[in-house]
Amino acid sequence: MDLAYTPEEEEFRARLREWLGRVLPTLGPKPSPDDWPGRRAYDLRWQRMLYDAGYADVHWGGTPSVRLIFLEETEKAGAPYVGAGFVGLLHAGPTIAAEGTAEQRARWLPPILRGEEVWCQGFSEPDAGSDLAALRTRAWRDGDDYVVSGSKIWTSHAEVADWCELLVRTDPEAPKHRGISWLAMPMDAPGITVRPLRTLAGSAEFAEVFLDEVRVPAANRVGDENDGWRVTMVTLSFERGTAFVGEVVACRRVLRELAAEAHRNGRWDDPVLRRRLGRLNAEFRALWRLTQWNVSEAELTGGVPGVGSSVFKLRFSHARQELYDAGADVLGPEALDLDRPWVLDRLSSLSYTIAAGTSQIQRNIVAERILGLPKGR
Amino acid sequence: MRFQLTEDQRALRDGVRELLARRFGREALRAAVDAPGRLDRALWRELGSAGFFALRLPEAEGGVGLGLPEAVLAFEEAGRALLPGPLVATHLAAGRVPGAATGEAVVAAVGNGLVEWLAEADVVRGNAARAVPLRSVDPLTPLHRVPVAGGVDPVAVLLTAAEQLGSATRACELAVQHARAREQFGQPIGAFQAVKHLCAEMLVRTETARAAVYAAAVTADPADIDTARLLADEAAVRGARDCLQVHGGMGFTWEFEVHLHLKRTWVRTHRTGDATQSEENLAAELLAQLS
Repeated sequence: MDLAYTPEEEEFRARLREWLGRVLPTLGPKPSPDDWPGRRAYDLRWQRMLYDAGYADVHWGGTPSVRLIFLEETEKAGAPYVGAGFVGLLHAGPTIAAEGTAEQRARWLPPILRGEEVWCQGFSEPDAGSDLAALRTRAWRDGDDYVVSGSKIWTSHAEVADWCELLVRTDPEAPKHRGISWLAMPMDAPGITVRPLRTLAGSAEFAEVFLDEVRVPAANRVGDENDGWRVTMVTLSFERGTAFVGEVVACRRVLRELAAEAHRNGRWDDPVLRRRLGRLNAEFRALWRLTQWNVSEAELTGGVPGVGSSVFKLRFSHARQELYDAGADVLGPEALDLDRPWVLDRLSSLSYTIAAGTSQIQRNIVAERILGLPKGR
Repeated sequence: MRFQLTEDQRALRDGVRELLARRFGREALRAAVDAPGRLDRALWRELGSAGFFALRLPEAEGGVGLGLPEAVLAFEEAGRALLPGPLVATHLAAGRVPGAATGEAVVAAVGNGLVEWLAEADVVRGNAARAVPLRSVDPLTPLHRVPVAGGVDPVAVLLTAAEQLGSATRACELAVQHARAREQFGQPIGAFQAVKHLCAEMLVRTETARAAVYAAAVTADPADIDTARLLADEAAVRGARDCLQVHGGMGFTWEFEVHLHLKRTWVRTHRTGDATQSEENLAAELLAQLS
């Protein structure tokens, strides 16, 4: 057991740190959360800078350790995370890299890495959330095209996306997991309507996407027809891998800020609150160690994150909510002021036990796939 | 970064597990419960010759010359097997108290107002004058109350956390075994989500604690050790409680071993000072990083 990085990894860290210190001041101010075109431009500019400096494919190409260092250092430096590049870099891109043809990889991967095209995700539907395989958006074959009708929900960045990774039902007669296909849908195709979805945090972070006889070339299908569920599982395992590394680093910073604020406003003298912050320190330190453990495991098994990341996701999503609840107690009545720091984060933390597989679904996964407990009837 | 067990570490863990399965299996555990307060000296010497107490002692001093990670793995197995005796105190006395390293001597130590195994000890470290026996909740850990608390060695905190991790792991295994085998309403109770989710949470707590305990063994950093302690205590105590719950009525019997785990996890939470002190240390560390 070893927590030391290799000389090569330390050199990578030092070079990255030096580069971040140099380029971050040139990036300019962050656009407001409601300014979607501004956010797209900002996030793509950052991806282009990463590309020019040779860091663009760190999410796919690097070893898990290098990815960990990259995410740790960029978060510590206050650099942007993937932003509008999320689906392209962490979902659609890795899926196309793993399952696409040479032609498909050549068409879609370079613009993602160069920060030229934005992807969104059309997976969930109003009646297919935790039970994603129950999705009903239909695609009929018509000549060289599929004709797609249905609706998708919880689609981030839909307003500014060029492409949508879309799950459609191509065989309604087959068992639900075996009649699904994965399509890359151009977002400028006729028949697509995007309606912003306002969350409880007040902002429109997601959208609903309505599809009315949208034509998608059959050449845009990744993987075989009706094999889309397997293709999708490749994507989802990426989502549950190192995706939260930056967030653990960020939570540890927020916790130190909370302690400083409590110290300033006098609530540090409350031993119950103080010890709660101490316990949260233990929590996030342990989650960082668990991340390192999982990354080391992924390195030994060849890079694809395993079901062990469900363990991490369960623990982290609850810890993050506890962090901001403690933050509210540090702030006192100020926690009702949306202009105070951490108040919006407290609201957005409520999605963590729901998004990317609810805690209840994650517990089923842990119990059935890791512990080997039987499926219920 | 290779934060995983090495081949050698896995072999050491398997070796200790095999030794304990052979020498302190179910029958021996039962026998120990039926003869409370008595320590199996032959087993103690066998542990000594296997290197359990001399594990971290340099080879030049007759030890095995291994480090904290290996000690943590050995103590995790001891916790898992419910091995009785002042294991941590004797391990820490190796090289300092004659006979401790080889298992010839049983060494007790004054802890947080309590001494474990005082009457069986050949040597007691710390001030055990005016020690008064109490009726220990754990049938496998005789306890004396002492008026003066001893000092806390961070290594004792870590090795205790490792024992807790062993109990947490075992509790999860027992619960899962039972949930697979026990049928009610025509199916294994593990098929019911209410039971499934209890088991899943046990694993989540155990694996998070494992990462914390192993990391503390690698770094020996005080904040990492406090972290390991808090996480391992939680995983062990709540794990034993949930394991008991999954077993239903059987879990409430003297016969079934889960109560022994639960009671031992309670003893261990008090061995090295209050958890609130670890919380305070970690709270102070948040401000220290700020300045």
